Amino acid sequence: MKVAKVAGTVVSTINAPVFDGYRLLLCDYVAPDGSPSGDYVIAVDVVDAGAGETVLILDEGTGARQIVGETVAPIRAVVVGIVDDVQHS
Amino acid sequence: MHLARVIGTVVATEKTPDLEGVRFLIIQPLTKDLDDRGRPVVAADGVAMAGPGELVYYVGSREAAQAMPEPFVPIDHAVVGIVDQLAVEPEAKGTRTRKRSSA
Repeated sequence: MKVAKVAGTVVSTINAPVFDGYRLLLCDYVAPDGSPSGDYVIAVDVVDAGAGETVLILDEGTGARQIVGETVAPIRAVVVGIVDDVQHS
Repeated sequence: MHLARVIGTVVATEKTPDLEGVRFLIIQPLTKDLDDRGRPVVAADGVAMAGPGELVYYVGSREAAQAMPEPFVPIDHAVVGIVDQLAVEPEAKGTRTRKRSSA
């Protein structure tokens, strides 16, 4: 998993059915100190995260499908947690 | 998933039978600021409605094939949604909203 910061939302009405009912968040991956790493990902939100929050991203298909309860679906990145604090040395 | 712009289509008559009926789009991956990011790739159209000029999001790797009606097909990128609205808040730049381009 990776730490990221929510930068915004992606709204779409025409999409794969697995995304219906979920919000898609555009998240910037960040280094442990919170600085942006330059890469981003669009992830399905299952924890009700909001813009500006630091989150935990799972980018793996089987785990992602397990979370949304599907066995076959084109889903890979999911926001699985809201980060309270990161300590690193 | 990442953002991309559909910049073309690919037609192939001779292909592996598993790809029969699959629409191919040329997509240019984008940064969140909608600048080009790397080289264009050919992606299957998982929503069967995306057309040139549209802002879409796509999934790569094994998950791409699962966007298709028959999920065990040789596909490595698939468009899985058409963006209606992108609301990104860059630091200290306020809210910016982009409307979907007309299809």
